[in-house]
Amino acid sequence: MYRLTDVTKDYPKGRGVVHALQGVNAVIGDGDWLAIQGPTGHGKSTLLQILGALDRPTSGTVELNGQDLTGLRESQLTKVRATSIGFIFQTFNLIPTLSAQENVEAALVPLDVDAGQRRERARQALAEVGLGDRARHLPSELSGGQQQRVAIARALVKKPGVLLADEPTGNLDEGTRDEIMTLLEQLWREHGLTLVTVTHDSSVARRAQRIAIMRNGLLTVRDSAPHGT
Amino acid sequence: MFITYLLRELRRRMRQAIFIAAGLALGVGLVITVTAASDGVSATQGTVLRSLYGVGTDVTVTQSPTAGSGGGTRFNFGGGPPGQQNAGTSFSRDILAGGGMGTIKSSSVTTVSGLKDVSGAAGALVLNDVKLSGTVSAGGGQPGAQGGSGSGSAGSGGGSVNSSSFTVTGVDPAHDALGPLSSGTVTSGHNITTAESDSNVAVVDSNYAKAQNLKVGSSVTVAGKTFGVIGIVQAAQGESSANVYIPLARAQALANMPGEVNTIYVSAASAADISAVSSEISRALPSATVTTSSNLASEVTGSLSSASTLANSLGKWLAVAVLAAAFGLASILTMSAVSRRVREFGTLKAMGWRSRRIIRQIMGEALVIGIVGGAAGVGIGYGAAALVEALAPPLTASTASTASGSGGPGGRFARAASSAHTVSVHLTAPVTLGAVALAVVLAIAGGLIAGSLGGWRAVRLRPAAALARIE
Repeated sequence: MYRLTDVTKDYPKGRGVVHALQGVNAVIGDGDWLAIQGPTGHGKSTLLQILGALDRPTSGTVELNGQDLTGLRESQLTKVRATSIGFIFQTFNLIPTLSAQENVEAALVPLDVDAGQRRERARQALAEVGLGDRARHLPSELSGGQQQRVAIARALVKKPGVLLADEPTGNLDEGTRDEIMTLLEQLWREHGLTLVTVTHDSSVARRAQRIAIMRNGLLTVRDSAPHGT
Repeated sequence: MFITYLLRELRRRMRQAIFIAAGLALGVGLVITVTAASDGVSATQGTVLRSLYGVGTDVTVTQSPTAGSGGGTRFNFGGGPPGQQNAGTSFSRDILAGGGMGTIKSSSVTTVSGLKDVSGAAGALVLNDVKLSGTVSAGGGQPGAQGGSGSGSAGSGGGSVNSSSFTVTGVDPAHDALGPLSSGTVTSGHNITTAESDSNVAVVDSNYAKAQNLKVGSSVTVAGKTFGVIGIVQAAQGESSANVYIPLARAQALANMPGEVNTIYVSAASAADISAVSSEISRALPSATVTTSSNLASEVTGSLSSASTLANSLGKWLAVAVLAAAFGLASILTMSAVSRRVREFGTLKAMGWRSRRIIRQIMGEALVIGIVGGAAGVGIGYGAAALVEALAPPLTASTASTASGSGGPGGRFARAASSAHTVSVHLTAPVTLGAVALAVVLAIAGGLIAGSLGGWRAVRLRPAAALARIE
């Protein structure tokens, strides 16, 4: 469970300062799916990076399962990312020289999983996203939707509690978008994930349990998804 | 995963990797070539110095001729006072002369050999045999002649005069490990033995023997005396040798220089003692000229000296410059590659990869490039060194003669060891294991430097900033 208290984030810009987050308070329960919408440049991605322990807030606290991430050293944050948090990016961010299987295995490298087990778990993860037969393909040999499936397999192979998705369908056509969102929803239910998605797409946001709007660095929970839980 | 990722990444950046490796190879190859050439020049200098000195000789002692001494060689033509011989009178003279070098008492050899730090000393008498023959024409006059080898000229009398000369060195057979014969190889017959100290026997230089059609059993005339050829000696590479070697005692007798030598060859107890030996001799023989190998090396001139300067100065700095450029190029290209992979590294950090694991990956890639460059550089170095050996023209080295003596023709003297020698030697460029090891270390260092800079840049990336980077 995430608990955010008075989280602010300032960036220096030229001679001035950009207040990306201006006191965000939120609680995201275990197994919740929160979709964050809002205009570009209003702090959505900044919030997602702070949730993902990729960045630190300027002030406030971010607790994950009772542990204050703001007080952790960089190496401890790295460990949190390695064990507890999976990421999905708009541009997939696969390693171009590694095959689908190897890309998924890369997520297990920080956990020091032995090579045999790594291969087996990656194979299972790819099968789970429907790419069991594409394990040896390089990213350049896969479609956008397939690449995002590989990215999802990579995010979930280490069995994290949290999945953070930054515009997961931003680079996909409508049909593929629906496929990916259906897959994500299925995995969210099966794995009991805490899922946070940042999206511009209202049809994607509507799949979430809750929708929050980020405007001028402030987060407002505005709506509940129709299917609820 | 480490190896797979490393090899795939290198394959993706194949052209850039080859470019970096080629730069390192060029630098490393140049270092090996310059090192080999430098070693070759050093070895060649050693060869030159040995040939100028003789194997085993560390110090030579000579004596400057005193002012006014060493006048022109006089020929005693019988048959009346000079200028009063009848036209048509034939004459023929064969004399042995000192050739303008100052003399040293033979007892000085014993003095020197008794000095502390001296392991041996041998005296020698470097002489010229000059033959004059001809007839006196109308107007008479005594033909004059100058010492010196190989020249022939009319005397002042204006008659028909033929002259010839060759160099003769009297050697001490009791000390054949030192002195002018020590570096040569007897190819036929044998060297002069102590039993032949007072015999008319001669060892002839192989080139002179060939020119004069001499062999063991032939005879050669020295100062009008017939000497039996008992051996043919081939001088060491580049060595300037005398034409004929005879026993020292016979040389002294024929040159009318009893109890005198003009060169003492000295060997020190150890290389570290050479300087001390030089000082001791200078104290014992204050008027003598003492020459050590380092003195001689400083006087070596000619293309060998130029090659040495080229290898040690220009070559060294050129190698350093190319190597620095290669390191710089490798570092810049590696950092550039890291810049292009910012999002990739950001993604790895987001997955929980530690910075040091990412650094290891980058350094591994740079190291492989460095090793490949080093291996190629070793090949280039061997090839270039072989080319240097094959294509380098023969190098010459000369030791300057000093014009400080006086007294006419005989006043011009040269140090006995150098005697205004010019020797020609072939440059070698041996590639040593040390040079190869140096090259491998340099290549690895180049890879590590480039990798370290790339890794440093990757570590400085904040994951959030890296992921936000638009490619």
